[in-house]
Amino acid sequence: MSVRLAFSIALLSIVLVLAGLWVGENVDLLPLQASINAPVYDELFQVLFSIGTMLFLGVTGLLIYAMVRFRRSAGDLGDGAAIEGNLPLEIVWTAIPAVVVLFVGLYSYNIYERMGGMVPLNDHGSMHAMAAMEENDSDRVWAGIGSAPGLTPAVSVDVTAMQFAFIFRYPDRNIISGELHVPEGQLVQLNMQANDVIHAFWVPQFRLKQDIIPGQPTVLSFTANRPGTYPIVCAELCGLYHGAMHTSIVVHGREAYEQWLTDNTPAPVTA
Amino acid sequence: MDSTISPHPISHQPESWWRYLSFSVDHKVIGLQYLVTGFFFYLVGGVLAGMIRTELATPISDFLSHEAYNEVLTMHGTVMIFLWIVPVVNGAFGNYLVPFYVGARDMAFPRLNAVAFWMIPPAGLLLIGSYFIGGASQSGWTAYPPLSLTTPATGQLVWIFSVLLLGGSSILGGINFIATILKLRRPGLKLMQLPMYCWAMLGTSILVVLSTPVLAGTLIMLAFDIVAHTGFFSPALGGNAVVYQHLFWFYSHPAVYIMVLPAFGLVSEILPVHARKPLFGYTTMVYSILAIVFLGLIVWAHHMFTSGTPPWMRLFFTIATSFIAVPTGIKFFNWLATLWGGKIAINSAMLFACAFIVNFVLGGITGVALAQVPFDIHVHDTYFVVAHFHYIVYGGTVFVIFSSVYHWYPKFTGRMLNEPLGTLHFLLTFIGFNLCFGPQHWLGINGMPRRVSEYDPQFTLMNQLSSVGALLMAISTLPFLFNVFYSAFRGEVSGDNPWRALTPEWLTSSPPPVENWEGPAPHVEHPYGYGMVDPA
Repeated sequence: MSVRLAFSIALLSIVLVLAGLWVGENVDLLPLQASINAPVYDELFQVLFSIGTMLFLGVTGLLIYAMVRFRRSAGDLGDGAAIEGNLPLEIVWTAIPAVVVLFVGLYSYNIYERMGGMVPLNDHGSMHAMAAMEENDSDRVWAGIGSAPGLTPAVSVDVTAMQFAFIFRYPDRNIISGELHVPEGQLVQLNMQANDVIHAFWVPQFRLKQDIIPGQPTVLSFTANRPGTYPIVCAELCGLYHGAMHTSIVVHGREAYEQWLTDNTPAPVTA
Repeated sequence: MDSTISPHPISHQPESWWRYLSFSVDHKVIGLQYLVTGFFFYLVGGVLAGMIRTELATPISDFLSHEAYNEVLTMHGTVMIFLWIVPVVNGAFGNYLVPFYVGARDMAFPRLNAVAFWMIPPAGLLLIGSYFIGGASQSGWTAYPPLSLTTPATGQLVWIFSVLLLGGSSILGGINFIATILKLRRPGLKLMQLPMYCWAMLGTSILVVLSTPVLAGTLIMLAFDIVAHTGFFSPALGGNAVVYQHLFWFYSHPAVYIMVLPAFGLVSEILPVHARKPLFGYTTMVYSILAIVFLGLIVWAHHMFTSGTPPWMRLFFTIATSFIAVPTGIKFFNWLATLWGGKIAINSAMLFACAFIVNFVLGGITGVALAQVPFDIHVHDTYFVVAHFHYIVYGGTVFVIFSSVYHWYPKFTGRMLNEPLGTLHFLLTFIGFNLCFGPQHWLGINGMPRRVSEYDPQFTLMNQLSSVGALLMAISTLPFLFNVFYSAFRGEVSGDNPWRALTPEWLTSSPPPVENWEGPAPHVEHPYGYGMVDPA
């Protein structure tokens, strides 16, 4: 390999890496972040976006360069060089995707852990009741599927999904609501079940989604950290009005949340 | 087997164009029957796609009724997968090319081959016909229960029956390809001398034979649930809806490779011819096909990351899925190396083949991202996924189908397709495709679920861009259709081997005689021997 070739390869790789990093850092395609889960997700997104940009620009660049540089001139009936393979090269480009995939896999495992993804599912008396996981590091983001072991949710809401609505019950306060109201900065646990067909509970601003499958009560936990109103979308085809099956989640400051609870708790029925 | 002996004893075959409408057992006739039938269903599926994109041009549901919309999206998926891509990329090119590539005069089981083809038109007509007899299926091409148990039963049952027929056709075809490739090779032709498309078809057929029966069994159980209330998948009757998903994806993930591996094979034939260079890394290409086949069978649950799958399962399927990127990556680098230092002809076949590389790399990158559980949880069942798989099956496979038509049309007809029209077709398709599906990535990330007929108004602009892209894609079929018909009569006469190619299908007349070669089948040891072998 000539010095000049090695130099150009190195230079191009650096440019690619920088371009990828720049795109990952500066091109923002994601919606608002409104849960403590969201920044963790966005970190993964950014890394994947950077790597993806490098690979895409690299391959497309090589392809376009080859098409221009090695374009056949009119009337040329000759053949290219009879090169059938090159083992070291083939090893290199087996290694490139292998290393990328290993890195992405390890990194996303780490993200998954931080999202609390390795928590055993708390659904339908899952057989994987592998006792609560011992780790209890406080920096762990408890948001995701399953309940958060060792942490008591501040708010627990029963969710029923049906064609074509979500219904939220606050068992402590006897509230039934078509919108989900939660306090900011506190762990919320949804005990979800579906009545008829499969639905899915998705809050894009929380980067959180879980199918609600009939016959399989499912727990979803999250902590919202930005007051506001966000969409709850059904993401699983559930019948004719699937596209209309959405509602809102309202994240209140703590006092406003207490106020909402007070305002909406039905007066006790007087005999 | 002595390859000079005709494998089929039937001699009274029609000779005129009528043979394309007959129960012909000639693999070339059957191949073209698959191609033309498939293209007809591509137009049907395209009209359905056009209806979807028209509905989605506005945020409210105002073009189709909710019922019709769900029927249309179900039919679009089913038609495009089972009646266009699978039959064309396997049945059409497989039947036409594999016997040439192994040096045989026909497929191993010619009558079975014709049976497999003739199962397709009735299945397709049944599927479309279901719209007129009480409504087509409305539960998506995935037909997840309990939804598929509660939507109108007639449409769902016709759908099941039709997919069973198509799956049956596919299994018969798969058996035939395996037998032909392994048992009908010309004496002296080694497996490692076969053109790459044969390896792709061998791998694909193994997937077809292993996984399609699982789909058939699952759909039969689903039919029992509908007509006899057996409750396999009905939670209300003590069944389990997630079991269906496992069984369904055990077929339907390999189905992605059933649609994509043959395309990889076809590209491996097209690039060396037009770059005048040997296919780079033949041996690693073969092993990567086999690796994709193996990995393709053990990744199905990555479609179910939000279905309450246990954590260990999620990890396993994330890792297995990500690793498919390794053999796939090898193939892409090998194709680039094939082009490198070649003498590249920029023609329609090459434009579509190179655009396939660009599109598929993008689809592959989003695929590796989707394999990561935490990433998938946000974008699962959104337009991001719609964009991803259209980059794979359209940007990937359909681009390769078009490339293949430009490449093999002279073989089929003895005439060339018109190049300026081909370039126009390419530009419209490439721009339309990227405009249609590119913005859908953003839509999915930002909150638009798939399979909806109405959406939040903030998504209007991107949806309209996407619809304009779909319109361009629709327009792009016009120059193609005109070209195909016009060139059949007025196209420039191509001669037997216009590309000066070395693979065996070009070493006979164009179009070829009934039994492929006038004399004995040639022994092609170097199907990619550009620069080594003198193209006699």
